[in-house]
Amino acid sequence: MTTSTPEIVFAGTNGGALTEIAAYEAAGGFEVLAKTRTLTPDDVIAELNASNLRGRGGAFFPTGRKWSFVPKPDKIAKPHYLVVNADESEPGTFKDREIMLRVPFRFLEGCLIAAHAIESTHVFIYIRGEYEAEFEVLVSALDQMRAKRLLGEVTIVLHRGAGAYICGEETALLESLEGRRGQPRTKPPFPAIAGLYASPTAVNNVESITSATSVMEIGGAEYAKLGVENSAGTRVFSLSGNVVNGGNYELPHGFPLRDLIHDLGGGIAEGRALKAVIPGGSSTVILTAAEADRVTLDFDSLVGAGTAIGSAAVIAIDDRCCMVQLAARVSQFYQHESCGKCTPCRVGTKWLTNILQKIEDGRGTQADMDLLVSVAERINGKCLCPLGDSDAIAVMSYFDKFRDEFQAHIDEGGCPFHGSSSLDQLLAPVAMHIHNEAPVHA
Amino acid sequence: MSALYDEIQEIRAQYPESLSAVMPALQLAQERSGGWLPEQAFRDVADALDLTPAYCLSIASFYDMFRLEPVGQHLIEVCTNISCGLNGAQQVVEAFESELGLRAGETTDDFTLRTVECLGGCGWATVVAINNRHRLRVQADDVAGIVAELRSLELEVTDDHLDA
Repeated sequence: MTTSTPEIVFAGTNGGALTEIAAYEAAGGFEVLAKTRTLTPDDVIAELNASNLRGRGGAFFPTGRKWSFVPKPDKIAKPHYLVVNADESEPGTFKDREIMLRVPFRFLEGCLIAAHAIESTHVFIYIRGEYEAEFEVLVSALDQMRAKRLLGEVTIVLHRGAGAYICGEETALLESLEGRRGQPRTKPPFPAIAGLYASPTAVNNVESITSATSVMEIGGAEYAKLGVENSAGTRVFSLSGNVVNGGNYELPHGFPLRDLIHDLGGGIAEGRALKAVIPGGSSTVILTAAEADRVTLDFDSLVGAGTAIGSAAVIAIDDRCCMVQLAARVSQFYQHESCGKCTPCRVGTKWLTNILQKIEDGRGTQADMDLLVSVAERINGKCLCPLGDSDAIAVMSYFDKFRDEFQAHIDEGGCPFHGSSSLDQLLAPVAMHIHNEAPVHA
Repeated sequence: MSALYDEIQEIRAQYPESLSAVMPALQLAQERSGGWLPEQAFRDVADALDLTPAYCLSIASFYDMFRLEPVGQHLIEVCTNISCGLNGAQQVVEAFESELGLRAGETTDDFTLRTVECLGGCGWATVVAINNRHRLRVQADDVAGIVAELRSLELEVTDDHLDA
């Protein structure tokens, strides 16, 4: 099936990329920047507020409100900063890279609009280190913009990350950008008051910033009409897992999850049956196939189903996957990425992983099932940032919804899939910072 | 002063505070040192930014893309996170292991093979980063061809070297 909603983020690309400035200008690019610069910052923020645009990084915080929290320059006499979070690393999520590759100018135009709104002349784009092609596209786009003197007084610095999921958390990102280990800060103070170099800072996701350009282009009121109540606008959904057509799909909020998977996504690969869906990135609560059938892709529907829209990363999982293996692999990820600052996360993620591995290996006891819950409860809500919570929440959701499968591991003294699970023997990342033993294959 | 020192000063000038330049400076030093950070690289970066080598090491050891041990001429990194895992990443890892005669985590002069966390290409699984360039939809059957391609690149480099 096709959707009648026009593309907003990817408008004008016709499936390709607008990486030459002439092509972007021919599609109307930078007209809205000129218009926006004639408006007062308050007018820009009012337009964003009218649009109901909410953050696309995962927290869904209203973008206009976030900008309005940045004090006026006369209130805090320090430079103001716009920091763009392009450190996309939530497993399942790959939308920001496609935005940077295909509409780099719409994204950079959004940076200049946001800078104008918060009265900043200093923009830092923190781009994930693994995104080399995307970095090069932005370098080229910025060169083209400088040649046309589009930046005005604003400087835009591209800062490359170096491989750390935690730097997608905004305060860890700021620490990293300041030249420290990427470890989250206590809040308050919030970045709007004391962010980069202890100065007022707005931190926004790539898709939020790019959508801001569209808001200014079509007007906040028009933008607000797209999507559904409490979830305005379009969203770039990343679809992956056991589907035929994985990829990014820009759709209005409120689109049925089942249509994304079964129609646009071409259904489950190899004629298998859908078992579960992770709806908003690896940190979100899993949905059973039956639950997934009922929800639509927007804030209210997913919260109503006990989960979250997160980073809009939909991972479809078919019936070959052992949920204990899935839990162990997800937990390994969070263990690997824990920055180590808060003990419940640093120690708890390792405990969760060890217990899950024990259950998977057939060494688990009934007491381990209780211990799993107990450890998860001791992580959740007890750390500076949500990394550890994400592990606990994700793992507990698999445990709650597929408890029979966990129990079968205990009862049968091993994995009921007997080596046939799609994640069987999957290797966790191999560290390069220590002289580690080569992983042992079973 | 060295070219690296001068280039780091240029990077430093982009930031209001010079400490911010430590990551890009380490990235540059790594690029100039064959893809990893030997002790000398930490001394060079520290000199250029008025830091201690120990501080620079504390940064490098936090981030996955800084390498504290030598890497092979070609760095092969296979994503084994959820979506790649569901699409046969483990078979891709094993194919590289058998084709290269290495296990994940090991290094020879020519190759380093490792498994990594999500590379952000989940819809195009399995993603394999080869010298930081992402190959998409890699299957176990593709591995022999990729390795042959990298080995032929190596020969070209060697030939050029001999000609010179």
